[in-house]
Amino acid sequence: MDPNSKRKKESPPETSRSSPFPDEVLERILGLLKSNKDRSSVSLVCKDWYNAESWSRTHVFIGNCYSVSPEIVARRFPKIRSVTLKGKPRFSDFNLVPRNWGADIQSWLVVFASKYPFLEELRLKRMTVTDESLEFLALNFPDFKALSLLSCDGFSTDGLAAIATHCKNLTELDIQENGIDDKSGNWLSCFPENFSSLEVLNFANLNSDVNFDALEKLVSRCKSLKVLKVNKNVSLEQLQRLLVCTPQLTEIGTGSFSQELTGCQYTELENTFNHCKSLETLSGLWEATAPYLPVLYPACTNLTFLNLGYAALQSHELANLLRHCPQLRRLWVLDTVEDKGLEAVGSNCPLLEELRVFPADPFDEEIIRGVTEAGFVAVSYGCRRLHYVLYFCRQMTNAAVATIVQNCPNFTHFRLCIMNPGQPDYMTNEPMDEAFGAVVKTCSKLQRLSVSGLLTDLTFVYIGRYAKNLETLSVAFAGSSDWGMQCVLGGCPKLRKLEIRDCPFGNATLLSGLEKYESMRSLWMSSCNVTMNGCRQLAREMPRLNVEVMKEEGSDDIQADKVYVYRSVAGPRRDAPPSVLTLSGL
Amino acid sequence: MSIPKEHDYIGLSENSPMERISDKLSSSSSSSSTLSTEENSNINKNSLNLKETELRLGLPGSQSPERKPLPGVSLFGKDIDTNTNGYSLSPLKNLVSGAKRGFSDAIDGSSGKWVFSVNNGSDAGLNKGAVLFSPRGDNGNTQKSSVCGPAKKEVVGVITQSPKPVQEKNSQVSGANENNNAPASKAQVVGWPPIRSFRKNTMASNLTKNNEEAEGKSGFGCLYVKVSMDGAPYLRKVDLKTYTNYVELSSALEKMFSCFTIGQCGSHGFPGRDGLSETCLKDLLHGSEYVLTYEDKDGDWMLVGDVPWEMFTDSCRRLRIMKGSEAIGLAPRAMEKCKNRN
Repeated sequence: MDPNSKRKKESPPETSRSSPFPDEVLERILGLLKSNKDRSSVSLVCKDWYNAESWSRTHVFIGNCYSVSPEIVARRFPKIRSVTLKGKPRFSDFNLVPRNWGADIQSWLVVFASKYPFLEELRLKRMTVTDESLEFLALNFPDFKALSLLSCDGFSTDGLAAIATHCKNLTELDIQENGIDDKSGNWLSCFPENFSSLEVLNFANLNSDVNFDALEKLVSRCKSLKVLKVNKNVSLEQLQRLLVCTPQLTEIGTGSFSQELTGCQYTELENTFNHCKSLETLSGLWEATAPYLPVLYPACTNLTFLNLGYAALQSHELANLLRHCPQLRRLWVLDTVEDKGLEAVGSNCPLLEELRVFPADPFDEEIIRGVTEAGFVAVSYGCRRLHYVLYFCRQMTNAAVATIVQNCPNFTHFRLCIMNPGQPDYMTNEPMDEAFGAVVKTCSKLQRLSVSGLLTDLTFVYIGRYAKNLETLSVAFAGSSDWGMQCVLGGCPKLRKLEIRDCPFGNATLLSGLEKYESMRSLWMSSCNVTMNGCRQLAREMPRLNVEVMKEEGSDDIQADKVYVYRSVAGPRRDAPPSVLTLSGL
Repeated sequence: MSIPKEHDYIGLSENSPMERISDKLSSSSSSSSTLSTEENSNINKNSLNLKETELRLGLPGSQSPERKPLPGVSLFGKDIDTNTNGYSLSPLKNLVSGAKRGFSDAIDGSSGKWVFSVNNGSDAGLNKGAVLFSPRGDNGNTQKSSVCGPAKKEVVGVITQSPKPVQEKNSQVSGANENNNAPASKAQVVGWPPIRSFRKNTMASNLTKNNEEAEGKSGFGCLYVKVSMDGAPYLRKVDLKTYTNYVELSSALEKMFSCFTIGQCGSHGFPGRDGLSETCLKDLLHGSEYVLTYEDKDGDWMLVGDVPWEMFTDSCRRLRIMKGSEAIGLAPRAMEKCKNRN
């Protein structure tokens, strides 16, 4: 098919007035657009622009792999080089989705192999990826450059070996937190001797030992390496040897950062970090101990992202480190740093925009430590630019949250997890309604909200009334009746993702969102009061939605245990396992 | 709307709980409350003021009587400090509740929900639900996790088994539940808190690895050891590294358990050594009810205070606040050590 003749057919002479310049120019201009939102808007202007946008698009983002089919994608966008795909519902991260649910990449790869043989980048989140698929990928896409996997499952280190062996032009191998079968570290030794194109290598979350010799050689011949994140089996001394070859790194994952060093080795390590002046991101430090942290200080002058999410630092250790990170924008910590550590954050990081505090021991109720509302408040006083927070704590008050959002009214992402389900304000014993009320009233730019604690319908009335820019809402163990959620579904005009678990919302909620679901990506409701009849009714009234019910073993035919509703132009999916019922309108 | 009646749900004041509860169930609409294991243990203690600990249900719009934590409610003969865990035992307002329709749907047949909460559906004037809420240290909270999940167990059956309700109820939450059978254990809810499996597994293996390396020591620069007290339904944990001597430890434990008495030794004065003086020990055993002991690396139970603090933190694996009468057997050994030092 001749691309030019196809285009000419679709733009008859009368429309030339809408396009004062040739298609090629339009395409060239639109090709400069990177934002998918802009591109979507552009494609709605007129047929010419739709076509030009389609032909000039090189990257496609698909937020729900079942909302569209690979054939449809390929038909619309013929020149894609980079694909980002997300698969399972987010609650699959927390084991709420059955293992064999779907989202297998293979069917996509098969189509891509024929339609996008020049595919360069694949970024997958919550997809099922088998070793066979990885091998297929490695063998069928000669230009393949970048692979990023997050929260995926189904593959092992054998698949990585295939990638390393066959992808001659690989620039990025980014293996984040996944359910990988970690058989051995041999995959790293599969990179050919003359292979030198790597720019990003992240195997921090793999546990097997890699051959250090092979790693060292690989790192020294990849002159463009910018990102290196090693796993915890790489010792401090080995890290130092790697860093000596790569002072230009912008992102370092240090591995365990623990070892007994001699005085001499310590000095060498210090010197090495002294030379890492381009460092923007630092992570790892899995077993870092106080004596060795100071070697990092000189490398932190330009640091913007410090990921201590697996480093159990104490408050004073964090404080000392932060004193050397004046440029910090993003900080992830464990709650071992406690409120005192967060006070240090407030004092030392005036430019901070994002804070995530993870629980070190989320399941042990005997631990009385961790962070409280005081730490959060302290951060809010010192970090007025804060707009993204993920905070796990065991106690919170309405007053504290009100203070926090008063100090930081620009929140775009507010994810507060009070770890005991349904826990009230611990000082007043009231529900936490007013806290989230304050958040939505004050933070007009709020896009993402996760609520927790004891909440009545009032919280959701507030959300529906005030959260005009809200796109993602996560609800668990909250609410009193359907009324609250009806307010949300009737109120939040930009709502795209709604996920609910263990709440007293039923069919009334489900059916009140009828007009909304086609403008949303998806709805998840589990352990609520939704029944099969309600789901069937939804499927009947909205035939363009996929209504899927995941049945638990031994559950009856009345309750719909887990409901997943999403819009799709590809129709009901055909690869659902037996435990997933697809309800159709028939 | 009919006048709301109070249901004596747990029926502590009068007849057998079972009959009354089953009566109430068949007639109740959408009211619910959660049952805490502490309540169950209180049921068993006849000396307690059962009326005060009575679990009552109000229909929507009803007010429950004010309730304050009485000695009968606390575990240790004193009021529990409401600040320790941020919880008082006074009734909390609306907990998570079942939607009316859903509840009555489910109550028919074997899939009757047994979890109840006071629900009035209204936003502003929140009901004082007559629900007794256990302190955070207990595992009562997690019960709400299955408030709205379909209940698979017969209601009556669940309530009669104390402290099992938590375990049984949570067994209906799908997926892996790591329940211990000890009453004080926390029953876990699937997928809560919302932390990725990778992180969960990594942190868990860090903890077990560290525990294997040195019992009680962790790589996190702290030294958590369990503290149990005879008669208490749950244990606590303290980080020995946060204290620098016995006085600090004992006063912290005293605060935690409210009747620990080694702190009184301080008033007699430590005789310039780290060990307890002979007089001190005698006073301890005869004057007070409880005694602090620890299990050392060899598995022996020792009286706290004999050895220098650093040696103690190195060898202590866990602490136990023992009844004085049981600790008498330890005294001679300690006394001899004292004498030998003199």
